[in-house]
Amino acid sequence: MTDLRRSRAVPSSWLDEQLDGRLAPEAAAWLAGRRDEVVRRPELLGEVFPAVARQVGRDVVDDAWTVDEAARALLLAALATVVPAEHLSTALAEVYRYGDAAEKRAALRALAVDEVAELLGDRAVPILADAIRTNDQRLLAAALGPYATAHLDADAFRQAVLKCVFSGVPLALVDGLPDRADADLAQMMTDFAAERTAAGREIPVDIHDYLAKQED
Amino acid sequence: MRIFDPHIHMTSRTTDDYAAMAAHGVRALVEPAFWLGQPRTSVGSFVDYFDSLVGWEPFRASQFGIRHHCTIALNPKEANDPRCREVLDILPRYLAKDGVVAVGEVGYDSMTPEEDDVFAAQLELAERFELPVLVHTPHRDKAKGTTRTLEVVRESGLDPSMVVVDHLNELTVGEVADSGCWRGFSIYPDTKMDPDRMVAILTEYGTERVLVNSAADWGKSDPLRTYATGQAMLAAGFSADDVDQVLWRNPVAFYGQSGRLELEGADADEGATFEGNSILRGARAS
Ligand SMILES: [Zn+2]
Repeated sequence: MTDLRRSRAVPSSWLDEQLDGRLAPEAAAWLAGRRDEVVRRPELLGEVFPAVARQVGRDVVDDAWTVDEAARALLLAALATVVPAEHLSTALAEVYRYGDAAEKRAALRALAVDEVAELLGDRAVPILADAIRTNDQRLLAAALGPYATAHLDADAFRQAVLKCVFSGVPLALVDGLPDRADADLAQMMTDFAAERTAAGREIPVDIHDYLAKQED
Repeated sequence: MRIFDPHIHMTSRTTDDYAAMAAHGVRALVEPAFWLGQPRTSVGSFVDYFDSLVGWEPFRASQFGIRHHCTIALNPKEANDPRCREVLDILPRYLAKDGVVAVGEVGYDSMTPEEDDVFAAQLELAERFELPVLVHTPHRDKAKGTTRTLEVVRESGLDPSMVVVDHLNELTVGEVADSGCWRGFSIYPDTKMDPDRMVAILTEYGTERVLVNSAADWGKSDPLRTYATGQAMLAAGFSADDVDQVLWRNPVAFYGQSGRLELEGADADEGATFEGNSILRGARAS
């Protein structure tokens, strides 16, 4: 599961620093040109966003980011400096809608960039809902970053965590845990564990901390 | 025999077909966007189709070690339906994607004014995205359709080496050869074009700038016609190297102009030896 990554909050300046040493000069020049272009002509985002990975590569930055995701997030952060929230929200929804799996992950990851998240407010919640509905572990892990912690309501958050348990996404990758764990989540986990045990199947070790306290 | 099928509609094939293709040497293919049998009535249907050409089908092909690429376009049949014209607006989002190696299938079906507009608009997109173009020629009125196709390509100013004109036969091949465009042939199990006639055309026009495909669309078709053509070439005295040029190196050269072909690990020539040893001896097929 090496390609399951958390989403961790960062300012766009941090992404810039990470890419500084990692991009070849031509790739860096390409990205700088596209960021300027998106600022001047926001309507071009839709055809720039898909082309990113073959220009900048797909190297891993850390346990949260890859180079292509960082570059795509920087395009959205650039857009956030020049368009109103509603426009950014539509543009993000479209790159997610038309994106392949890697583009969708990058759109979700961009929600962890401070400037993008601040401008959007809660407008990107429908994208999270879509990602949580899929059975793609990588999308699920990408969706449950700091933006989900801040904007998913309690019920949606609990359901998303339970989906992680079902589909094998380690709970350590969920930004909102343990802080948003509550008694209801503990009860859901306990019920899940009981069903698994009754079926003679193992329960994931990482849910033990979240089980309801049983009375003897 | 390593085979790159440059035009095959896998959407209309079963998973068993992928297995048979892999067993006969097909290691890479290009699936052009075309019609789906049932006419589409909204842009959303196209979007879902394009998503499957860059998502589901490459995944399905990868289970058999086959590299799947695609071409994206509004096809000439559906260009005539006003409900489908908006597809032109979303094409740029898809033409920018990694697995998309050409604009296509474009061209004429019934040679209507609507088809004229959509064809010209998509040739401009090819220029803008620096992609090759796959041009379909009509099955009815083919000679006239091919002549008009070549006129439009000429007027577009595109380099003919970036264009393949497909579904040719004995009557249309000469004109396309003269134009400098690539010549494409769809080999069918019925009368349109068969392996022996293909061999005769290769004998007359040579093995340069020619692509041979099995189309494998909704009509009566066979995804192994590329392999059958390779066998027919060998039986007629062409060398293994000639077959490799037509069935592998030519499509790689044509679609390679996109800069987006991903063939690493799939392109080893099993005929190659190092100090008498084949590098593939004992290696896994994947
Ligand atoms: Zn076709």
